[in-house]
Amino acid sequence: MINDSFSDPNKVQLTEDGRLKHFLTTEGLSRELLTEILDTADSFISTQERAVKTVPLLRGKTVVNLFFENSTRTRSTFELAAKRLSADILNLDIARSATSKGETLMDTLWNLEAMYSDMFVVRHADSGAAHFIAEHVTPNVAIINAGDGRHAHPTQAMLDMLTIRRHKDGIEGKIVAIVGDILHSRVARSQIHALRTLGAAEVRVIGPGTLLPRDIEALGAVPYYDMKKGLADCDVVIMLRLQKERMQNALLPSEGEFFKLYGLTEEKLAYAKPDAIVMHPGPINRGVEIESAVADGSHSVILNQVSYGIAVRMAVMAMAMSGQQTPIITEENA
Amino acid sequence: MRYLHIANARVIDPASDTDNVTDVYIANGKIKAIGHRPDAGEIEETINAEGQWLIPGLIDLGGHLPEPGYSQKGSIDSETLAAARGGFTHICSLPDTKPVADTSAVIKLILEKAARAGHTRVLPLGAMTQGLEGEQLASMYTLAEAGAVAMSNARQPIRDSYVLRRLMEYAATYDIPLFLCANDLSLSDGGCMHEGTVATRMGLAGIPETAETIALAQLLLLIEQTGVRAHISQISTRRAIGMLRQAREGGLRVTADTPLANLIYTDASVTGYNSLYNVQPPLRSERDREALVAAVAAGELAISSNHRPHEIAAKKAPFSDAESGMSQYDFFLPHAMALVNRGELTESQLIRAMSYIPAQILGLNQSISEGNDFNAVLYAPSREETVAASQLASRGHNHPLIGKTVKGKVSALFVEGVQVC
Repeated sequence: MINDSFSDPNKVQLTEDGRLKHFLTTEGLSRELLTEILDTADSFISTQERAVKTVPLLRGKTVVNLFFENSTRTRSTFELAAKRLSADILNLDIARSATSKGETLMDTLWNLEAMYSDMFVVRHADSGAAHFIAEHVTPNVAIINAGDGRHAHPTQAMLDMLTIRRHKDGIEGKIVAIVGDILHSRVARSQIHALRTLGAAEVRVIGPGTLLPRDIEALGAVPYYDMKKGLADCDVVIMLRLQKERMQNALLPSEGEFFKLYGLTEEKLAYAKPDAIVMHPGPINRGVEIESAVADGSHSVILNQVSYGIAVRMAVMAMAMSGQQTPIITEENA
Repeated sequence: MRYLHIANARVIDPASDTDNVTDVYIANGKIKAIGHRPDAGEIEETINAEGQWLIPGLIDLGGHLPEPGYSQKGSIDSETLAAARGGFTHICSLPDTKPVADTSAVIKLILEKAARAGHTRVLPLGAMTQGLEGEQLASMYTLAEAGAVAMSNARQPIRDSYVLRRLMEYAATYDIPLFLCANDLSLSDGGCMHEGTVATRMGLAGIPETAETIALAQLLLLIEQTGVRAHISQISTRRAIGMLRQAREGGLRVTADTPLANLIYTDASVTGYNSLYNVQPPLRSERDREALVAAVAAGELAISSNHRPHEIAAKKAPFSDAESGMSQYDFFLPHAMALVNRGELTESQLIRAMSYIPAQILGLNQSISEGNDFNAVLYAPSREETVAASQLASRGHNHPLIGKTVKGKVSALFVEGVQVC
């Protein structure tokens, strides 16, 4: 069978010597590289506690937030991360502008390239959109995937890894459960790859059959339909946001039944290890996937996640920009 | 009488179970003698075909011509030339043009343009329903009179079983053959690739096998009930092969084809989001591919092109946003011959699935035998070349072989004795 079209995502996102030049997916990245991202983010967390929070790593660079899907929260953390790296930042909300008027994604890209930007932070509803842009954009523009369809949301996954590392003293050997709508979740896919690479003992996905993707075992996750069995002995519980539209296309009967079966309550959480932490990428639907007592309780690290998000995004932006710069120097020297 | 003399060719003709090196003599568009020089007349031209194969011309049971309506994707002239260079003497054109081929005017336009171009013969498929909308019957009798060889709804489904039943009954009345696609849109809609491990990994919405098998079950039951002459186009799953086999064992006369792409590639090709591999039906698992190849080997399945040329912009988009389809006509025969080179099919099995079986389905006589029209390909099996986009006759540059080295080349194509390329 001919399989010559196989394009390794890491051929696109890594330099020849294995450093990050785009950040598209956590899949296939080495343990060393993922650890380097976490270490760099750790070092930025200390700068965030100072009175002057900016560092000059991206001074003179232009970062464009290119959001084809609305997201105030993720966009704001990228914006803040870019500003703290001293970059100039341009926010473009194209969710309901250019592309809906018939302009293709390529047209949009060519127009933005004409502005001499150095980095695009991209969110798009199509899986593979960031990959597509990285392959078609002019060289030396770094692409950071801020979420593409159901495929990947690697900065969210890395901030979750950072959270686990800081609160659970490492990821190695831990049992992690991801609960809810795995089928549509780019966060879950990126988390599964990162957790497997970083040595988690077991990654479980818990939800009804309609919300677990086919052959999820192939990604290295173990499916569970029963919340109590799935949570047994877990070190980390990650709850995913349930989108309201899942009720409309026959994937779920009601929010009430979902909460009854998979909503995280103190009673269900008791099946996990006593020191288990509870995470959620936000925004939370209280009373749908998690009850307030748990979201605001002692196990919850949900607010810590938000503050780590800025540090992780700073780390990834700084590393990708540095990966982009090397080839220019080599060309000039050559 | 003046003859064209093709000397020393390896003639492979599955219809007559021939495979030997011999000479063929052609006059007035017909094969006059094989293996011996005709008694009277003179040789006008001799082609020394030593080391080459002479095989019956390929017949395509379904390709998309972009004309009328999609001039940015190509023309009848460009695509029929590509088909000729790929080894096709005849192609069936699917009715999803703009306007749809649901009037005799469109059928006549296609036939006239194809005749004027003078490359491959086009056998148009008429639309089964008006506008392919699956609701009101198209004037199938009138379309057949205008030259449509069968009726099709392309991949547009007929959602209402009542309409499908009546459509089959009506076609059966006039013995009009139907080319039907098995595609349950309520299961396939929104999907852009085979539902399986790769789709899960890539986060792409999948098209389950049941989108094909559930629709196929419905078609087979209604074909049985109505007695219509039916062919199933573009089968892609192992399960469908089994269902067709079972139906035939039960006495149902039903034929089927699979697109070449589904015999060569699998969903693994989608890894890396290469929009070239966004096709309908989707490329399925290796298990499905192997079952399709086995069905071709067993003579149960014809091979169609599902040719669908696109301009560059149509494919330059994220995978699920790109238009589906592959340009297939250029280099079709060498592309298919990869199955022989890899030892998955014999020459005879492959040629049978691309010429003899399609000819039988269409009621044509495509065999290299004395007295027949000379519709044949002269093929150089060991010629190798690297395919450049500039070499393609098709305006569609969404061809999977661009930049690749292919083995084998169509050196000449004859349609009713006339060398068209």
